[in-house]
Amino acid sequence: MKDLLPSAIKNKEKRSEVHAKLKHQKKLERRRRPRPVPRTIENTRELDETVCKPDDEELFAGNDADEFSCILKEERTPKVLITTSRFHSSRGPAFIDELISVIPNAHYHKRGTYDLKKIVEYANNKDFTSIIVVHTNRREPDALLIIGLPSGPTAHFKLSRLVLRKDIKNHGNPTNHQPELIFNNFTTRLGHRIGRLIQSLFPQDPNFRGRRVVTFHNQRDFIFFRHHRYIFETKESKEPESKGKGKKEVAKTQEKVITRLQECGPRFTLKLISLQHGTFDTKGGEYEWTHKPEMDTSRRRFFL
Amino acid sequence: MQHDEVIWQVIRHRHCSFMAKIETGIFCRNPYNVTGICNRSSCPLANSRYATIRDHDGVFYLYMKTIERAHMPNKLWERVKMPRNYAKALEIIDKHMMYWPKLLVHKTKQRLTKMTQMRIRMRKLALKTREKIMTVPTKQKKREARREEKAEKAALLEKSIEKELLERLKKGVYGDIYNYPVDKYNEILDKEEVGKATISEDEEEEEPVIEYVEGYEELEEEDDMEDFGGLAIREDYDNDNLNDDDDGDDDDDDEEENASVAYKRGRKSSARKLAKEEPAAKSNKKIKVQVEVEHEDAVERQRAVY
Repeated sequence: MKDLLPSAIKNKEKRSEVHAKLKHQKKLERRRRPRPVPRTIENTRELDETVCKPDDEELFAGNDADEFSCILKEERTPKVLITTSRFHSSRGPAFIDELISVIPNAHYHKRGTYDLKKIVEYANNKDFTSIIVVHTNRREPDALLIIGLPSGPTAHFKLSRLVLRKDIKNHGNPTNHQPELIFNNFTTRLGHRIGRLIQSLFPQDPNFRGRRVVTFHNQRDFIFFRHHRYIFETKESKEPESKGKGKKEVAKTQEKVITRLQECGPRFTLKLISLQHGTFDTKGGEYEWTHKPEMDTSRRRFFL
Repeated sequence: MQHDEVIWQVIRHRHCSFMAKIETGIFCRNPYNVTGICNRSSCPLANSRYATIRDHDGVFYLYMKTIERAHMPNKLWERVKMPRNYAKALEIIDKHMMYWPKLLVHKTKQRLTKMTQMRIRMRKLALKTREKIMTVPTKQKKREARREEKAEKAALLEKSIEKELLERLKKGVYGDIYNYPVDKYNEILDKEEVGKATISEDEEEEEPVIEYVEGYEELEEEDDMEDFGGLAIREDYDNDNLNDDDDGDDDDDDEEENASVAYKRGRKSSARKLAKEEPAAKSNKKIKVQVEVEHEDAVERQRAVY
């Protein structure tokens, strides 16, 4: 039988019926068809051959032999020295206070006019495991220099988007328990190394009862730092059986465990500018990785 | 001298390319100027007899100009190298400028002094490490800021943190701290999956274990609330407070039939620890009867349906 276009049916009632039926059919079909996956920058990231594979022997061997292995294997407890650059800043001291509350066993010393190399020597004598230098520019903390000791690598990060604890709504107050760490998305070899460098700032035995979590999340070469207190809760959610045949009156309640987070502590982003092999030495040092402007040309290429 | 006067008049009143006027004074940019100020006596162009000290790579030279050589600009300035020793350099100046006007000699010596001091200071500073200011082009700064914002949006931070923590809980990293029955949790998850696969699932098959205490003859009496001595709330706390204890549904229609029991499963855990789920059964308000319900399976909500 010849099938007319719905628009060709002259009777309005019949026409609207046919149209509604067609629409309903389309809707069902659409629902049955799975939604296509959207293209994101993460999906279309340029292939990087330095991505760590989970079964890489070389990686594990490298890990054992690198500078952080003794801290990460808990042979030494981390002791961190925090200092600033020579210039004053308005938000610097507040930021340093918060850093001290986040990182257990962190000490602050004023900078004076010592050279960084002298400071490194001093820290080595006093048995520190890393140095953090908060650098300021235009009265704002601007860069972070993390130096591993005794001969560890030096990572220079650009610090941005600093939000202090008092500026966060409904912030929580952190306790003194040792925090749990979460490192997300450090995929390449360089990223892995940076991850371990940051990991060596913290003690490796978290106190789960304290329910503190410190997160370093890498997304597109930006490392986001967050500090939360969490709690697990069960939530009942009514799941209406709306799929399939009609709508049932009976609602099935599911019980889900969810995590609730309360943000405490500062919030900032880091971007790696350079990684140097030894301790801080701009003139004679050997750089493992530096950021060059020509690396920015491709929007799909990331290094961490 | 006449020559000089004319030159000065022309330069000063018309235009001199070495002159720099700043709010604090008038300066001369001529490299041969002794004082640096634009003056009738300090202008190297308007004085045919002139002397300066100039510095070349850390070595000072005394430059002198006389009127006899004014017609040979190429050989105008006579250069004498100064010794490193300050006192000796002063003597050299005296010797060369013996019969020169005192003002000029004085100014030259002052200049020598100043430059010596500067030289000492520069040398000391070069030994110390100074911070070098590196500039970043604004275009790059803005680009970075834009990319950072987008990256922050793409990184659903809280979601990913929550997910990670839940995975750790499932894996059992936390051990026994959370008395949350993980197996029950997994059980539910499995059931969830099964439930989604089969569309028509009849949950009404689950019958709880119900104990009926009394018959239903008295159900038809409508008693006041005050007659009930106190609602039988099963207080089965561990140590937590009750957050919200919702009332069970009342099935008014079922008064004729057997005692309808509606009970809700346990409450939400409050702040500190997650307690084991224990149900709180409330009796139906309309019924005089106290119906107590025992739950075996703590987790699921069960309802007797009629």
